[in-house]
Amino acid sequence: MQEWRLWKGRLKVEMMKSYAETQNNPLSPKELDSSENVPIAKKEILRPPVTETGVVGWLKANLFNSPLNTFITILILLTFYKLIPPFIQWAFFDSVWFGQSSGCQPGEGACWAYIPANIRFVIFGLFPQQEQWRGLIAMLIMVGTVVYSRKRDRWRSSLAYVWLCSTVVVAIILKGGILGLTPVESTKWGGLLLTLLLSVVGMTAAYPLGVVLALARRSKMPAILTMAVVYIEIIRGVPLISMLFMSAVMFPLFFPEGVTVNKIFRAQVAIVMFTAAYIAEVVRGGLQAIPKGQYEAAESMGLNYFQVMRLVILPQALKIVIPPTVGILISAFKDTSLVAIISLYDLLKTCQSTLSDPRWMGFSTEAYIFIAMIYFLFCYAMSSYSRRLEEELSTGQRD
Amino acid sequence: MQKDHISGPIWTSATFRSVVYQIAAISIVSLTSWYLFTNTTANLAKQSIATGFGFLSREASFEIGESMISFSSSDTYLKALAVGALNTIKVSFIGIVFTVTLGIFVGIARLSSNWLVSKIAAVYIEVFQDIPVLLQLFFWYTIFNNVMPSPRAALIPFDGVVLCNRGVYFATPADHPAFLWMGYAFIGACFLTFFLRRWAKKRQEETGQIFPLLTVSIALIILLPTVTWSLMGAPTQMDMPTLNGFNFEGGYNVSPEFGSLLLGLVLYTSAFVAEIVRAGIQSIERGQREAAESLGLRPLFIMNLVILPQALRVIIPPLTSQLLNLIKNSSLAVAIGYPDFVSTSNTTISQTGQAIEGVAIIMLMYLTISLMTSLFMNWYNARMALVER
Repeated sequence: MQEWRLWKGRLKVEMMKSYAETQNNPLSPKELDSSENVPIAKKEILRPPVTETGVVGWLKANLFNSPLNTFITILILLTFYKLIPPFIQWAFFDSVWFGQSSGCQPGEGACWAYIPANIRFVIFGLFPQQEQWRGLIAMLIMVGTVVYSRKRDRWRSSLAYVWLCSTVVVAIILKGGILGLTPVESTKWGGLLLTLLLSVVGMTAAYPLGVVLALARRSKMPAILTMAVVYIEIIRGVPLISMLFMSAVMFPLFFPEGVTVNKIFRAQVAIVMFTAAYIAEVVRGGLQAIPKGQYEAAESMGLNYFQVMRLVILPQALKIVIPPTVGILISAFKDTSLVAIISLYDLLKTCQSTLSDPRWMGFSTEAYIFIAMIYFLFCYAMSSYSRRLEEELSTGQRD
Repeated sequence: MQKDHISGPIWTSATFRSVVYQIAAISIVSLTSWYLFTNTTANLAKQSIATGFGFLSREASFEIGESMISFSSSDTYLKALAVGALNTIKVSFIGIVFTVTLGIFVGIARLSSNWLVSKIAAVYIEVFQDIPVLLQLFFWYTIFNNVMPSPRAALIPFDGVVLCNRGVYFATPADHPAFLWMGYAFIGACFLTFFLRRWAKKRQEETGQIFPLLTVSIALIILLPTVTWSLMGAPTQMDMPTLNGFNFEGGYNVSPEFGSLLLGLVLYTSAFVAEIVRAGIQSIERGQREAAESLGLRPLFIMNLVILPQALRVIIPPLTSQLLNLIKNSSLAVAIGYPDFVSTSNTTISQTGQAIEGVAIIMLMYLTISLMTSLFMNWYNARMALVER
């Protein structure tokens, strides 16, 4: 942030200079420079001493600027020296990259051969091999939808239809049965595919529900307000795992005999119910941030409640809360890993089940590092996006 | 409710409409609940599962690996749940203490003028925030199980600490009455400090004299137990973990389940806490410190009277929600086999088939914890809030 300000300050000076040059007015570039009457080109530039600039200066200012910092820096470098070479030795030099587990020796180098040997199962779960291209397309559509939504000029109501359409298309592609696609049982969906499905579809469904809940919580009608508060506070007070247990053991009891709802769908409902409560709180924050004058102005135009909300309030409120909404998407993405506990084959569970294969049993560290990197990549992309967005959105207010 | 001045048909009245909407909403919710309720009772009757909480007094007939109170399989389900609840409280409490400490440390490190320290803190925050906590638990658990050596080849980094695939063993002071009295002395010192603080504050308000409270209270809290210890004969006997057959005996054992649960929860949550602490410290404008300095306050007073009270106001609310998250996430213990509340309830559900009661008990337990914490935090917040004219 500070660097940004510094840069902006410099930019201002540069702009003033160039402005002065083009206008040729009394405020000449010379005067902007601190020294008087000496043309810049001829002025003898006194360079700062070597120890204050460049690499040496940087080191002095950032690593050795006090006795304590010097001590800490040396301590850290020593620790690095102790830890990093063995790690590199394990991860890169002694490691096995391809082939079967028989090529790996437990306790020597890393066995990255785990990845090529198991990647299909980890990514797609039990999805039939010859149909996995459909899983890939579905994943690309889901990631593409999220990526498409990143630009601010696309935050219009049409975006909702984009999400809805991509959800339907993904469902058709995965389920099959029409357009000449072989039907695939939803019990066979798994791996990263299932993780993405649960989080992206969960978000699509939870968002409108969350908005409705937020509106209900701001309502002046006591019965509706109470129901919304009770729902939101209960859900936010319990762990997600209890909701998932509910979906696993209680939901089947809710339906009349003969009706069975598959496990993935039940878990999806639990995730939607859970996420909606958190979205509701975020949206409520946005609604509260809209000045009262907006409501009053809209009402004085003769709009009714639904028009006020749809045309005036929500478009503004929902835009303000996009950064925290991305935050919820990140936690929803991480939280889908909990379905592994009720034995759905998501990314974490497929990885674990490859480890029960005696050939790969001893290589759980490598396996977990691999899927941790997948999770990290997705979350890091989203969180750095949300940080950038926050900076972009707040610059208008700070200066 | 808005008064309406337009006369007209009754359905144009705002009051009338709001009543209609509310009745509609209530009836939809109650009809749905009634539908689900009748289905559920019908299903339960068909599967001949008795409803109610009677099962709690039946014999549990399962063993629990770790327990703070004595428990055997002949005890009741209620006691099994109590054991689970105690284990949840234990891991949450220790986890919160470590999380806050580590979080503050990393948060301050993130603001360090040392580039290396600040960057390491940044990487720590980013990495641990972006990996699901459940995966982290599995990772530490697998480190304990697959990477740590067997007890016979245990790692002993220094005397009194043993690392192996049965967990971590610490040497503890051998049993001696002196330690009990040290505990009393510690509690006594805490009480003394409390009263000292009140007295010092009163004296300062009356006379303006400042009492060196911090130094005196630290000295009290350290000295009183130490003096007790030396008066009781200064016992130095340690209970060392020693290899006996295939396992270690003696000392304090941290099981792999508890160890990996604690490690995972602490590392994950402290990354979030670090960000909160950093934001809180950065939220204090520089002018505040400069103003305090220009008043001639000493550094310690600047921190205590000017910076901390303001930073805490920013830090406390998000910190609370993170610590609540830690408590809720401790329920993931069920995945690695640490017998916490959810884990014992889950076993109870699968043994008795009392799904609804079991899930209700789990939810009620966590709701109680959450509500109690928010009540406490609201009270604390009200105390800390800006007092304006």
